[in-house]
Amino acid sequence: MYQFNWRPVFQNFDLLWKGLLLGIVMAIGALAIGVVIGLAGAFVRVYGPRWARLLVTAYVEFVRNIPLLLIIYFVYFGLPLIGIRFLDNLWSFVFALALYSGAYLIETFRAGLEAVNAGYIEAGTAVGLTRFQVARYITIPLMFRIVLPSLGNTLISLFKDTSLASAISVTELTYGAIRINVNTWRIIEVYTVVGLMYLATCYLIAGLLRLLERRFAMPH
Amino acid sequence: MQTIINSGPLILRGLLVTLQVSALVLFIGTIIGIGGGLALLYGAKPLRWLVRAYVDTLRGIPLLVLIFALFYGMPVLGLQVSAMTAAVVALSVFCGAHVSEIVRGGAMSISSGQTDAANALGLSFPQRLRYVILPQALRRVLPPWVNTAAEMVKASSLVSLVSVVDLMMSIQQIAGRTRETLLLYGVAALLYFLVNFSISMLGRRLEKRFAYS
Repeated sequence: MYQFNWRPVFQNFDLLWKGLLLGIVMAIGALAIGVVIGLAGAFVRVYGPRWARLLVTAYVEFVRNIPLLLIIYFVYFGLPLIGIRFLDNLWSFVFALALYSGAYLIETFRAGLEAVNAGYIEAGTAVGLTRFQVARYITIPLMFRIVLPSLGNTLISLFKDTSLASAISVTELTYGAIRINVNTWRIIEVYTVVGLMYLATCYLIAGLLRLLERRFAMPH
Repeated sequence: MQTIINSGPLILRGLLVTLQVSALVLFIGTIIGIGGGLALLYGAKPLRWLVRAYVDTLRGIPLLVLIFALFYGMPVLGLQVSAMTAAVVALSVFCGAHVSEIVRGGAMSISSGQTDAANALGLSFPQRLRYVILPQALRRVLPPWVNTAAEMVKASSLVSLVSVVDLMMSIQQIAGRTRETLLLYGVAALLYFLVNFSISMLGRRLEKRFAYS
């Protein structure tokens, strides 16, 4: 019969909760950069010239069809070889995750842009707004309200994806789990606790996002 | 270039492992998913709760944590399995949870009028599934299922972190030896892309074939 011993896990608990916080911060950071990539890409895909549209489509299709781990390795091991260096492995990971999420967000925002009722845009033009003003005051705010739910899902996915940062020794939650696993060999205990921490955080984020969605939902 | 030619057999062996793992995982995951999806819709209450707990738990935990947990945990529980087995079990359980949701969604989207009509004709529950629900659900399930197949090919790269020599691992090994890192990552990206692109092309053709005319 397996003898549970939870003490080694809780003695090292700061490794876990600090890792959890770092994961959340990295996910939010990657989402922030990803949103910029996504917005720029989506506008190019919808309104840009043909060559630029093709370029963005190629980026989206390529990134969405290769594993995140490969992008992480590429940014961490590959880019320094051609002189692109990051401050440390943490920034390298955030950048890789942002590149990855950017490709998905371009698609999300593109769908959002196309879902904005054309009547609003015409109305904006009719009252004499410039194209920039139409984007700034009409298209983008409406689009954000449309894509809010899928933006929330992206954040949750990104948070789970931060577990891959352990592959390049970023000290997030999964890395903490492996450390405790290897040092104390309380394997069942540590993965139970870590699994529950991920699970609770995912549902917490989902709950918070639901509140946000209710606040900003499109009125019917 | 010489590196690629010299290490070609190793890369191909890695690719083959990636394809085998993905296919096996998709196969097991689909079987779990069909059972799970139907249980979520038509199961008795305790069964439904159990499957719901399974699906929601698996979707809230990173796959990598699951792989590590099984890789290190199964031996502790007295199951001496290889890294490959542990990884395939983890991926299959993960895949099963996702396919369960897909199947549930597909079967649920069949309008209740269909069920009523089947009942009115006096069909039994298995007949209703066999002749009314499943043939229609299949068309709705196919696109997200193909999507899952491509996701599994990508997800299978995580087995390299428990030392299974798949495409990702073989690329890392060769890169460590030859220092042709960027070139090798390019090759890996291209291979993964080609596999997944073929899957989505196949999916699109299947979709067209099964679409309502």
